[in-house]
Amino acid sequence: MVMGSLSEETELLVIGAGPGGYVAAIRAADLGREVVLVEERDKLGGVCLIEGCIPSKALISAVEVADAAKAAENMGLSFGEPSRDLFRLRQWKDSVVDGLTGGIRGLLKRRGVEVIQGRARFEGPNAVAIEGGAVSRVEFKNCIIATGSRINQLPPGYDLPLWSSAEALTLPEVPERLLVVGGGYIGMEMGLVYAGLGSEVTMVELFPRLLMGADEDLVDVVVKSCADKFKDVLLESKVTSVEQADSGYRVTIERDGQEQRKTFDQVLVAIGRRPNTDNIGLDKAGLGVNDQGLIEVNSECRTAVPHIFAIGDVVPGPALAHKASREAKVAAEVISGHPSAFDNRAVPAVVFTHPEIAWTGLTEREAREAEREVTVGKFPLRALGRAWTMGQTEGFVKVISEPETNLLLGVGMVGPHASELIAEGTLAIEMGATLEDLLVTIHPHPTLSEALMEAAEAAAGEAVHINPPRKKK
Amino acid sequence: MFEFILPDLGEGIHEAEILKWYVEPGDAIGEDEPLVDLETDKAAVTIPSPKGGTVSSIAGKVGDIINVGNVVAVIDTGDGEAAGTEKAGEPEEKPAQKPEKEAAGEEKDAGQEKRPEPEPKKVDEKEAEKPAPAIKRSGKGPVPAAPATRRLARELGVEINLVPPTGPAGRVTPEDVHRFAAGDTAAPEDAHVEVPAKEVGEDERALKEFAAHAASTIPLLDLEPLPDFSKWGPVETEQLRSIRRKVARKMVTSMILVPHVAHMDDADVTKLEEFRKKEKERRQGGPGEHLTMLAFVVKAVTAGLKAAKAFNASLDPFREEITYKKYYNIGVAVDSGKGLLVPVVKDTDRKSIIQISTEIEDLASRAREGKLEVDELRGGTFTITNVGPLGGTALIPTINYPEVAILGMGRAQQKPVVRDGEIVIRTILPLTLAFDHRIADGADAARFVTEMVRQLSDPNLLLLET
Repeated sequence: MVMGSLSEETELLVIGAGPGGYVAAIRAADLGREVVLVEERDKLGGVCLIEGCIPSKALISAVEVADAAKAAENMGLSFGEPSRDLFRLRQWKDSVVDGLTGGIRGLLKRRGVEVIQGRARFEGPNAVAIEGGAVSRVEFKNCIIATGSRINQLPPGYDLPLWSSAEALTLPEVPERLLVVGGGYIGMEMGLVYAGLGSEVTMVELFPRLLMGADEDLVDVVVKSCADKFKDVLLESKVTSVEQADSGYRVTIERDGQEQRKTFDQVLVAIGRRPNTDNIGLDKAGLGVNDQGLIEVNSECRTAVPHIFAIGDVVPGPALAHKASREAKVAAEVISGHPSAFDNRAVPAVVFTHPEIAWTGLTEREAREAEREVTVGKFPLRALGRAWTMGQTEGFVKVISEPETNLLLGVGMVGPHASELIAEGTLAIEMGATLEDLLVTIHPHPTLSEALMEAAEAAAGEAVHINPPRKKK
Repeated sequence: MFEFILPDLGEGIHEAEILKWYVEPGDAIGEDEPLVDLETDKAAVTIPSPKGGTVSSIAGKVGDIINVGNVVAVIDTGDGEAAGTEKAGEPEEKPAQKPEKEAAGEEKDAGQEKRPEPEPKKVDEKEAEKPAPAIKRSGKGPVPAAPATRRLARELGVEINLVPPTGPAGRVTPEDVHRFAAGDTAAPEDAHVEVPAKEVGEDERALKEFAAHAASTIPLLDLEPLPDFSKWGPVETEQLRSIRRKVARKMVTSMILVPHVAHMDDADVTKLEEFRKKEKERRQGGPGEHLTMLAFVVKAVTAGLKAAKAFNASLDPFREEITYKKYYNIGVAVDSGKGLLVPVVKDTDRKSIIQISTEIEDLASRAREGKLEVDELRGGTFTITNVGPLGGTALIPTINYPEVAILGMGRAQQKPVVRDGEIVIRTILPLTLAFDHRIADGADAARFVTEMVRQLSDPNLLLLET
């Protein structure tokens, strides 16, 4: 490793090439800025592309095919037990990741963005030192911090080769008995992938239910559907110790004051992530972090230092790739003198379980906590033609609106393709749509999208395909 | 059943206040008969019924606000539903035609220029029962607005959560943002009369806050709430609304923003008055039968404005620029019976005195009947107010903001004056030019008025020089 003494100057320095960083770099370059992008990994695309969203969805797609084949027995099609070639699956998944990360590199090159591999650390408010790079120092007029987040490790003492989600995504093997610690969306998705590959999966979650971020009614549908996929779901339970066993690990799980010991072949730890703000020399730049380790920014994504911006997982808000991408564009536009701002009314969230869950805008739980009166219209997929034709009638769509004005406040969905359908709800909230706007819009038949229209009708009291609530006399 | 939808009223007007219904549900009404009087923020108009039939339902009660695109009334034409909704397109051309003509030039209202489609029945019934007032936001969460509208607000430096919304569910439209940016910060609800008792506490607090703030900017400004006058004797209360309220706003604005200076002079119109009387008599039954002194003055003023362009302009104090208008639209103040209206005679430089007098007569009579089009009240460059016929020796008028000058005419009457050392009886017309001292000086005013006085002294001069 040669430490070059090359120093550069640039108009805009972007630190991190994830969905926040690379999007900011491209947008800024398109608006005429001179951009340098620093990324410590040799591949571009960040956690999302390399060990997050993309590989996990690729694996989920594969597992879903097997599920669908099994379900097709009902339709008279039998495929028998699939044979799983882990090597080929891994290869395919890697080709997906490589194709996309290569694509990003191509986009950046075409835009004339200079990409430096190395680790950036602030030297002052106008310069970073780069470790391990061909260039050792970059001075900048503007900077966008997009360093993302990393996985939380189990407390010290557990220096055993347990799996993080990143490792699990490399598909080292299919353990016979897998324990997933953490019932959030990563734990759920990974648990379902491995269950689909043949593992006996046990879920352990600290809170009283899985997927605490989503509304309970949405999660309930998934829990019911997944009941047969998991061996065990232990709620309000905590892992108190993990020990090496002859083959695998002996895990002590505490629940209700009682302790259980079980043996697993592998343990996947998915207990959350932390922002990468503690290792980039923020204080030298004149910046600090809040209690959660996040950098505070205004609606322009500007930090307390006017020429330094921050986006994505290092700033408050949902740690989601698409939120980072939107902030990236805002920051790039503001730096280029445009009156841009992150004033989005709705950030959608998606969980790729089976069935999928998706929500956007206000959730029922948030409304309850804010003691805000809302109208909720629910439409069950059981009443939807397309769901029947797919043989997937578990799930529903709900629409949350403001009582007097019928302003659309939120949408929640659980069912097939919820991840795709939620975009319409997000657009509607962004536009300030009312129930009328949704239910007047013609939704093609027979599709799942009609459920959103009917849920809006239900909220307005005019649903066709479900019976009106019996009026109290 | 024919649903009469309130058509686009032109120039970004979204709503109107119901002033008076001519019918009740169950009444018969003929096509073109007056249906309802509506008031926009510029004028009161009588809306004729586009169809004949029996009135099935009406949009609301007097004082309610009705939005463009909402149902004004439902009329049972006896044609049957299908015909009603099909034909709805055509008759709507009638009331919509006039506003559409005005709106034709307004590209920015393109969204509203589309002929309003009859709304589906079920939504209508809701509207008919409860005409949608401009909805006040519940104040929870950011105000609904499409992304492009939010960006527009940022571009114009407008705090979008302060913009009074006129869209459904309190949605802020781009027009709302533009209006707010232009300085019209009044909430559309201001046109609403009722102040529910439980909100009074909030109003009082808001007033106190406003008073405190205003007082801090203008020395000696006293904005104490008024005393309860009934303490000293019987009183009668009436809400400040409609045209009176509009006039009040205009006057406060004009008096605060414009430094008024008045230049007074007397015009010897003896010869002119003789000429006018003779011509008027000759032309009875034809154009010119309403030949008034005012028409001559309009001509003289127009000629004067051509030479003194400063008085035919507007001053933008924010951009610090003066716009000199190269067209001449003279507004003529009329006491309409409901209040002060100023219909505008357009392009007076291209019309003869007789044409001008005919137009003034037409505008004035329609003003008194409340039948003026909104466009007829706009676009003025200079105003003349003639109280002469009602009496008075002279007046100092208030400038019709955003114009910069106004001419007040007193009563033309016979007076003894000195000519060549002798006292003679002449018909004297007192004139007062009030003007904006930011844009013109006393000397300019003097020259302008002196010229006018000279021309009015001899009809031949008007013929030759104007």
